[in-house]
Amino acid sequence: MKDFATLFTTIDQTTKTSLKTQALADFFRTASDDDKLWTIALFSGRRPKRAVTTTQLREWAAEVGGIPLWLLEESYPIVGDLAETIALTLPPPSRISDLSLTHWITELKSLAALDIDARKARILDAWDQLDPTERFLFNKLITGGFRIGVSQKLMTRALAQATDQDEASLAHRLMGGWTPETTSFHALIEADDAEADESRPYPFYLAYQLEDGPEALGAPQDWQAEWKWDGIRGQVILRNGTHHVWSRGEELMTDRFPEFARLTDFLPDGIVLDGEIVAWDGTQPFPFNTLQARIGRKTVPKKLLKDAPVILLAYDLLEHERQDLRDLPLQERRARMDAVLRDLPEDAPIKAAPPLPFDTWDTLAQTRATARDHRAEGLMLKRRDSPYLSGRKKGDWWKWKLDPLTVDAVMIYAQQGHGRRANLFTDFTFAVWDGNDLVPFTKAYSGLTDEEFRKITAWVRKNTQQRFGPVRQVTPHHVFEIAFEGIHASPRHKSGIALRFPRMSRWRQDKPLQEANTLDDLKELLETYG
Amino acid sequence: MSNPVLTFTDRGIYCPAGDFYIDPWRPVDRALITHGHADHARPGHRRYLCTNACAPVMVHRLGAISVETVKFGEIRKIGDALVSFHPAGHLPGSAQIRVEVAGEIWVVSGDYKVVPDGISEPFEPVTCHSFITECTFGLPVFKWDDQNDVARDLNAWWARNAADGKASILGAYSLGKAQRLLSMVDPAIAPILTHGAVENTNEVLRNQGYRLPDTIHITPDLNPKDHPGALLIAPPSALGSQWARRFGPSSTAFASGWMRLRGVRRRRAADRGFVISDHADWDGLMSAIRETGAENIYATHGYTDIFARWMNTQGYNAKVVPTEFGGEDDEADAA
Repeated sequence: MKDFATLFTTIDQTTKTSLKTQALADFFRTASDDDKLWTIALFSGRRPKRAVTTTQLREWAAEVGGIPLWLLEESYPIVGDLAETIALTLPPPSRISDLSLTHWITELKSLAALDIDARKARILDAWDQLDPTERFLFNKLITGGFRIGVSQKLMTRALAQATDQDEASLAHRLMGGWTPETTSFHALIEADDAEADESRPYPFYLAYQLEDGPEALGAPQDWQAEWKWDGIRGQVILRNGTHHVWSRGEELMTDRFPEFARLTDFLPDGIVLDGEIVAWDGTQPFPFNTLQARIGRKTVPKKLLKDAPVILLAYDLLEHERQDLRDLPLQERRARMDAVLRDLPEDAPIKAAPPLPFDTWDTLAQTRATARDHRAEGLMLKRRDSPYLSGRKKGDWWKWKLDPLTVDAVMIYAQQGHGRRANLFTDFTFAVWDGNDLVPFTKAYSGLTDEEFRKITAWVRKNTQQRFGPVRQVTPHHVFEIAFEGIHASPRHKSGIALRFPRMSRWRQDKPLQEANTLDDLKELLETYG
Repeated sequence: MSNPVLTFTDRGIYCPAGDFYIDPWRPVDRALITHGHADHARPGHRRYLCTNACAPVMVHRLGAISVETVKFGEIRKIGDALVSFHPAGHLPGSAQIRVEVAGEIWVVSGDYKVVPDGISEPFEPVTCHSFITECTFGLPVFKWDDQNDVARDLNAWWARNAADGKASILGAYSLGKAQRLLSMVDPAIAPILTHGAVENTNEVLRNQGYRLPDTIHITPDLNPKDHPGALLIAPPSALGSQWARRFGPSSTAFASGWMRLRGVRRRRAADRGFVISDHADWDGLMSAIRETGAENIYATHGYTDIFARWMNTQGYNAKVVPTEFGGEDDEADAA
């Protein structure tokens, strides 16, 4: 664990990507194959199965640290990370060991077979031989979400450097449903790639936001436009008679969307399509919250299947007849996709996302203005001769979203953030006027600068009226402009509405409290855009 | 208690028997000041009383003020109150203030730390009935490593930067923290350069007889090339500014108790964060409070409600003092 802890410390002590990549590449050159495999797994969102709950961890840490549980719970929001809170609470270790990362992961996995007392004894024994940094990492292995300033992209780049491989093809190798239990470093990284996993998706190509108008992109005829749908980006794979559905977050969602099982009746084998999964009302997508009802469920009740059936609005063909097509120009991929999808029956759970005809950027801008009528967030612009790249790359794909909707709202509750926003009040609840009452209607966490968060934190500390655990009720005083992408009716919320992607777009220090928007204003927005 | 020795008002801590305030935050007639940091020594009072060790820096910062001084331990009668100042170990010249009225003793801690730092007058426990204690780091996650260990890390960081041909820029509050760092670093590594705000304070303290290593004041005409591998000590706000850029390739660091938290460290976006605080850590607060023998604990400056709740479970009668925080983020500098 010492070498892994040193790697972590090096990465944690720099803000420079090049130094992080170099440290990780050095680790990949020297570590054991097992440790390398687990490091790849951890930095691509895979982690060992949780053998103890975070509740148990908290109780044990408080006990060992000689403090009551409530005191540890109160410290957590200030530290902003549970694994770290526990590492900082424990007394110094009584002895020092140097067992490998893989050893500790194996140890954690072995806990599953033990009773609770034995699990506790083993965790306490581990804490007692790890230094604070190692403890933090050990706890992170348990609490999950191994985010320590290394993105999958950065890890892939370091691995490419250390193994002398092409970064994009390595990114492709790392996709899919593998775990360190089902493969080895050799099979995953070094072996000939022919016997690849049947379910393996391609790395998604991601677009940048177009900040100014499209004029700078050149001639309109070089570009293809589509609606930017508000669904779930997904890849549908049909190979060897079975199908797999992957989300952009590399989550296997096959079981959540049983509709796609029928695709094998309509499509040839050996095909991979990229598109947007949407709930479909027969002519256009339902609003996102209809789809949201399905996302949380691993199995879908019949009624929901009937009320909110999903389809794939396909916009790209990545594999056809088992051939990787990603290097072909978009227009050719698109032509082949259209040929495959042509003449499918109306009830097939897939449609080609319609390209939007346009001659000039002006006419396209007019089309964009109608996006909300089509339940879209704006437009996608894709260069007709572009290959399908991997990851977020500038140049060939752009999203050109509508300007967000906005309301001015009053901050009424504040809570401290996590991670690098620990000990700062960054999570706020906002309200609008309903007569003389303030009705909460949304939370928002982002949009302010660090400097603004520091200012508002000092203000919150001085103006707390009441505390509910980590949440503070503050004097209604500050007005913020809240920007959001969509608005829906929601019986679960007191205000009766829910916003899509709310964030703070401006701190309206110029605006008096009384001039914030009202619930009627929100209802009007719901009427118009909901 | 019918006539408490000290009361809490919207101007700050007040002693009715002596008609004076301690570290008040609004202008008053008579202010007793624990130490020279801006959130304790504010401008605008008619008369100031502090230790002779604290006065020069305070005058340097506040300009023309009317100051009376006492020595550590000297007892002064003000009205019906007996007042004395005792070392708080927070920074050179910092004091706790003991107030006795009719045999009832209260102590205002100001800011304090219990571990000697090599430059401040070491903290001295003062027996009392009621102790008004700061608790900036009053959570069990705050525990400081031995100063010698941190000094070794600090010097290793500087030496490696110097070997790599980089400047080392260390952000630290100009009064207290900067001088403590100066007493920790090894001047043999390379020259030590100081920002004007730090150097002005150094001058004041040197004139008082505090011993600091040689430093070079960074003036506009100073040529960075003449001082390769130098350590620069500057207020945190100078890091990442135009001021810092003229020194070319550099590694940056902050020294503060907040650096114990990874989230704060990352937010600061410096290369390194050294956990060096002028405040007591959790264990230090506990031992300091125990040694006063006080029954009544008033928590101020920090996570006061959590801290008071904890002290109540430990057999004390603990309450929260309402504090008016400064407009500045209290984690930014002084801690």
